[in-house]
Amino acid sequence: MNIDWNAFTPMASLAGGVLIGVSAALFVLLNGRIAGISGVLGGLLRPARGDIGWRLAFLLGLLGAPLVYALFTAVPLPRIDAGWGVLVLAGLLVGVGTRYGAGCTSGHGVCGLSRLSPRSLAATLAFMGAGFATVFVLRHVLGF
Amino acid sequence: MPVFTALLAGLVFGLGLILSGMASPAKVLGFLDLAGSWDPSLALVMVGAIAVGLVAFALARRRTATLLGAPLRLPTATAIDRRLLVGSLLFGVGWGLAGFCPGPALVALGMGELKAVVFVAAMLAGMGVFELLERRRG
Repeated sequence: MNIDWNAFTPMASLAGGVLIGVSAALFVLLNGRIAGISGVLGGLLRPARGDIGWRLAFLLGLLGAPLVYALFTAVPLPRIDAGWGVLVLAGLLVGVGTRYGAGCTSGHGVCGLSRLSPRSLAATLAFMGAGFATVFVLRHVLGF
Repeated sequence: MPVFTALLAGLVFGLGLILSGMASPAKVLGFLDLAGSWDPSLALVMVGAIAVGLVAFALARRRTATLLGAPLRLPTATAIDRRLLVGSLLFGVGWGLAGFCPGPALVALGMGELKAVVFVAAMLAGMGVFELLERRRG
C-alpha cells in the first residue's frame, strides 16, 4: 500500500469528523433522531404531518453550510471528475441503494457504528467493500 | 424548537464535511482507491465522528425523551437481510463511481456546483423509484 502523504489531511479530517459527531449528538439528544442524510431526505418523499419542518430545516443547514463556512475562511472547492452520464448513473444507484439499505455513510457509518449496531456494521462493510471494488475496477482494470 | 435544533445540526454536519475535505469527491475517491496512492483521510473523519458518537449514543440509549422532552426514537431494526445488503452494495457502487454520498452531494449543491445539482436530481429520482416500488409492494 502506497500512502499519498501530500493529499492526507489528518488534523482537518479528524476535526471535521468531530464536528460531524457533534452534529449527530445534537440531533439525537435534542431532536431524538438519527442524523442519516439519506433518511432525512428520503422521508420527504413520504410526507407526513409534523414530519416535514425538521427535515427541511436539517437539509437547509446542510445546504447553507458553505455560506457560513465562508464567513470564517475560504471554502475549498470540490473536485468532481465524473462525467455527466456517470453522475446520473451514480446518483440513481445512491438514491435507490440508500433507501433499500435504510442508510448511508452518516446513518449506518457514523451513527450506526456509534450505536454498536451489528446491522449498521454489515451495511457499512457492504457499501465500503462495494466502493473499494468499484474504484479498483474503474481505475486499475478498465483504466479510467 | 425542533426546527431550530435540526437547522443547527444540519449546519454543523455540513461544516464538518467541508472542514474534513469530504465535500470533494476526488478526496473521497482517493480513500476508496486502495491500490493507487491512498489518502487515509476519510478513516480519520470516521474516527473523529464515532469518538463523539459513542458518548452521545451511550447517553441516548438510557433515555426515552430528548433533552427538550420530545420522544427519542432510536432505530429498532436489527435484521441483516437481503434488502439491507443489496441496497448497501448498490449504494457502494454508486459511491465509487462518482465519489458522492448524500451529505457531501448536498453540501456541494450548496456551493452551487452544477455537477452536484445533476447528481442530487438523479439521487432523488432513485429515491422516488424506491417509493413507487414500495407502494406497489405494500
